[in-house]
Parts: sequence; C-alpha cells; structure tokens
Amino acid sequence: MNVAVAKTGNGRAVSDLFASAEGRLPGSPSVIAARREAFETYERLGLPHRRIEEWKYTDLRALVGEVLPLAAAPDAAALKRAADAVKAHAIAGARKLVLVDGVFAADLSDVKALASEAGFRTLRETLEKDAGLLKTAATDAVIALNAAMATDGVVLDIADGAQLSAPIQIIHIATAASASAFTRSQVAIGKGARATIIESFVAAGASAYQVNDAVILSVGDEADVAHIRLMDDSPDAVNITSQFVTVGANTKLNFFNMTTGAAVSRLQGFITLAGEGSELSVNGVNLLQKTEHGDTTLVVDHAVPNCVSREVFRAVIDDRAHSVFQGRIIVRPDAQKTDGKMMIRALLLSDEAEADNKPELEIFADDVSCGHGATAGALDDSLLFYLKARGLPEKQAQALLIQAFVGEAIEQIADDDLREHVIGIAERWLERRQ
Amino acid sequence: MHHLNKLDTKMALLEVKDLKVRVEEREILHGLTLTVNEGEIHAIMGPNGSGKSTLSHVIAGKPGYEVTDGQILFRGEDLLEMAPNERAAKGVFLAFQYPVEIPGVSTMNFLRTALNAQRKARGESEYSTPDFLKKVREVSKSLNIPQDMLKRGVNVGFSGGEKKRNEVLQMALFEPSLCILDEMDSGLDIDALRIAADGVNALHSPKRAMVVITHYQRLLNYIVPDIVHVMSKGRVVKSGGKELALELEASGYAQFEDAA
Repeated sequence: MNVAVAKTGNGRAVSDLFASAEGRLPGSPSVIAARREAFETYERLGLPHRRIEEWKYTDLRALVGEVLPLAAAPDAAALKRAADAVKAHAIAGARKLVLVDGVFAADLSDVKALASEAGFRTLRETLEKDAGLLKTAATDAVIALNAAMATDGVVLDIADGAQLSAPIQIIHIATAASASAFTRSQVAIGKGARATIIESFVAAGASAYQVNDAVILSVGDEADVAHIRLMDDSPDAVNITSQFVTVGANTKLNFFNMTTGAAVSRLQGFITLAGEGSELSVNGVNLLQKTEHGDTTLVVDHAVPNCVSREVFRAVIDDRAHSVFQGRIIVRPDAQKTDGKMMIRALLLSDEAEADNKPELEIFADDVSCGHGATAGALDDSLLFYLKARGLPEKQAQALLIQAFVGEAIEQIADDDLREHVIGIAERWLERRQ
Repeated sequence: MHHLNKLDTKMALLEVKDLKVRVEEREILHGLTLTVNEGEIHAIMGPNGSGKSTLSHVIAGKPGYEVTDGQILFRGEDLLEMAPNERAAKGVFLAFQYPVEIPGVSTMNFLRTALNAQRKARGESEYSTPDFLKKVREVSKSLNIPQDMLKRGVNVGFSGGEKKRNEVLQMALFEPSLCILDEMDSGLDIDALRIAADGVNALHSPKRAMVVITHYQRLLNYIVPDIVHVMSKGRVVKSGGKELALELEASGYAQFEDAA
C-alpha cells in the first residue's frame, strides 16, 4: 500500500529533484552511490503521512505536500544578508560555525579561534573520503532524504578532557526563498570533556523555505554537555530535524529545545543512554501561534542500568496552532534501576489551539521507576485579574504569565549570555502576538 | 461635613449609587449606596455573606459579576465602563484578601511592569530601571520590607503577613487615591496585623481615601475610621461614627439582619 502511494505525485517530484541536484552533491563515487540508495529508500516510502504511526499527528503530505528544489549555493548578496543575520543572532562569547542555505560559510565562522579547542571539518570534506556519516542507527523517509541530499554540515571533534572555554554556536541561515537546505552534522565529545553546543535556525530575508537537518551527537564517559537548539525559522518555513544521540557512562547531558518559528516543524530525537550512571535532562519549549504546527518526538532508550532521564516539555499554543509531543521511554531488560520521568505541560491561549500528547513507556526491566504526566489548561484567571488590577493591560498580563511559564525551562540554562539570548527570542515571539 | 462653607466641602471620590449585582443567577447586592470623599477612612462591616467582598470586587472590575442596575462613579467618571487596568491607572487599588502567588515572576519585575503600565496609561513617562530601583528601595525601606522579598516570585512562599505587606508596598509605590482593603486582617496574627496596619496608616493622607472591609472590629483598633457602615444582605443598613464599630462588637450583627 505504501509503495503504491509513494509512486504518486510526491515521489515523482523528488525524483526529478534528485536528478537535478545530483551533480551538486558532494562526495566520492561511493558516497554518491550511498546517496542514491538512500534516495531510493525515500522514494519507496514517500513523505510520511498520518497512516504511519510515528507521523500520525504530523502528516507531511497534508502539511507540506512537496519537497522544494535544492537551494542554490549562496552568492555574494546572499552571504551579505547572512553576515547581517549572524550579527543579529550570534550569542555573545560563542564561537560561530555558520551554514548558509546548507553550505558552510568559512568567512562568517570562527574556525581559527575554534582550532585550539576542537577538531573541525565540514561534512563536504568528510564525504570526499567515505559515506559513514550518511548512515544512522534509525531511519525513516525524512532521514533517508537527508542522507541523499545533505550538501554540508559541521563535523566537530572535542577531545577527551577538553574543557571548552566558550560555547560553540552552529547557525543555520536561510537566504533562499522557496528552496530546500539539507544539512547533516556530527559532534563527537570525548571522555571527561565539557562543552556547550548551540544550534540556531534563522532566516535572512528568506520565506517559504524548507530545512531538513540531521545531527549525530555522541557524548563520551564523564562528559558534561549542554546542548541547546533554538529553532526560530521564518513563520512560513518548514523545519524537519532528526537527532541521534548516544550517551556514555557517568555523563551529564542537558538538552534544551525551543521552537518559535516555522509553519511546520518536527524535531525527532533518538537518544540512547548507553553507559551506566548518566543523567539526561530534556527541556522542550514550543511557542506556537497562527496556524503553526510544531512536533517534538523523542525516544529515550535506557539501554543500560542506573541512568536517570528527566523530560519536561512545555507548549504555549495560541490561535489555531497545533503542538504535538510524542515521548517514548524504552527501558531494556538489563536496564534495572532506571529512573525515567516525562512531564508535558500545555498552555492553551485560544479555544482553537490544539495539543496532542502521546507519552509511551516500554519497560522490559522489573526494578525501575518510570512515569509520565500531562497537564493542559488556560492561563489562570485569578492571576490574570491580580495583574490587571495592578494596571497591566490584558495582553501584557498574559505575556508576563507566559514568560513565567516558559521561564521555568529557560532558567535552567546556566550560561548568562545564552539565557539572555533565549529570553530575547521568547520575548520577540510574545511581541508578535500583541 | 454639615458646614456649608465651600472651603470645607470635600470632593466626592467614589460614589456607588443604588448598585445591584448578580453572580450567576443570584442577586448579591440589592441597591447599595455609598459615598467616599477624598481623605476619608471608611469601614465596611458585616457578617459573612453580606456582600462586602462582592462590593470590593465589583469596584476593582473582577470578572464574573453582573451589574444589573445602579452605577459607580470615580471622580465623576463611570468606573464600570473601564477595564480593571484602567481603574488601577485612575487610582483605584484593591488590597486582596488572599493575594495570589505568581511563580516565575519576580516581585521586582512585577512592580516595575505594573507601575510603568499605570504611568503609561496616564501619559506619564515610564521609570528607567535605576530610577525605579531607587524608588522601590526608598519605599520598601520606609515599610521595613527586606530587599530579599523583592527578588522572590510574587508572593511565592510568603507568609500571610508578608503577603499583606507586599500589598501595602504596592499601595505605597502606585500611590492610588482610593485604597480598598478587603479583609486585610484575615489570616494574620496580632503582630502581623499591627505591622500591616502601621503601613496603611502611614499612607493615609488628605488626598487618599481608604475603605476598610472587615468582619471583626479588632482591625479598627489599628486603623481608625471616620465613618463606619454596616452591611447586611447586600445593602448598607446603618452608617455612623467609629463608635458604631464598638457597638457591633458588643451586640453583634443579629440586630441588623432583621433590619435588612
């Protein structure tokens, strides 16, 4: 049945797209062969739709329809716009790695400053040798499409024991309207290393574009890592991101994601706790308005005993927006003493706002502590009245309470400059609804 | 007030005229009339369910109350036509019986946002951060409010006494011309009550009127009213001087329940 569906419109359009893009895709002949294979997988599956369980709430055929042609490599004018965007979105003190329309922009990046603390290559360089980075543990249609089409990305190697003196900020900038960017990056963090990795997605004058990103992150034993993703794409863009995370023993990984942009977005994360004694904290924030659709789908796989995972997912949903959270916690038979908790909190600002939450626990061990909870509701009328009685107009009173709701997640970001930056993005989202 | 000398005539600040209010399908206020002039301290006393808190909520603009008849004028303007925030900017302040806790909003941020919203609504310049900090320090110092309280979330983890002091702090900062204190004594021990009442007394001025709503006479030992009103079953059934409160303390509300 899927095969038959895939052969209709969508599959054909992408097929043409791949043929026209193939000559511009980097890689050795064996890499190109791997791409073609990945693309065939995509063609066979087609864009995910609601009859595929994992995509039930995010039917890309209905929401997106077609994949746009590959963006052209940025010209001088595009790079100029991107440079302005870098100024606007760079986090004070962070070392920047900039991708413009899916192509690494060395002139806008801090490669030299980074060199003393981390190994760096581009995906393009890596693919000249082998196709390893195009392979991932899990795959589906959008991941296969990414493997087929990825033009560039950053490949970071943070050595054992490295203590990064500054955060690394990977900035994805879209300058090309009505085009697609495919990026794939790898971050390998060594044993005992300490690092803050930030990913920002922004537009520089572009509209109605599509982003398909993949990230492969491995965190070594005893490492301490903050991973922050700030998706603030243009309100009419599409952002589909897949992340593959492997966590070693006795590590601390704090992952924070905030979605404030894109008409349609999906962040799908596959996190495997592969070493004992590790602590994973996930904080997700979806700020959605108008008819935006924001999906966060996370699979946390406790493969070994004695790990703790904490997921708190917050959504603020206005107008006719739609927030989706699917969280699965898997506890493998050996993973005794697992402590896994998941909490979903939705704030609905309009009668037409929608939140779909699907928590799932798959527990194969018998000595574990796992749970999930969910709340959904409007802003508290008694708090709103108190603020209004003190002189705040309705929208401002709402804004203060929304900030407080989101602030609980943002407060957990330790770095002051980074936290201020994130607060700024949330405030701009609030201004857009005034 | 009985002198007809023009210089002695006080400006009417709040005029409640024949006010009828429903909550859902039930009428709570059945034609309440009350006039408060500038600088006066009024006490409104009455048994539970007499409509005291309803009156304070309707003046402040709390949703859920339906005014079916009558009017409320503030300096001659129709208060019922204004949103709660507009009333606050005009100078109406309700000290809540149970101030709410707002986690995630620091008291300092709340105070600055509220004060500047009021000033903006009045067409006044907003306070810069340093100017605001200076002002809030001055005011909190005069009320013996520790700076630490200002850094915490609004009322989060505050004791009953701290919550009421936070209300008094706002009163001092916003400088309203009408303060309505709704059951300020509820949940306070004598020491906390005295501290809160001292704060209120310090803020009383010839231009600022106070309406003290209370079930018990004891608060009036600390905040001495010019005029006492007795409410029963949704109306003011008797008004008099401060001695009326003592009379009530001695003989209770039963006599008025029949009168209503």
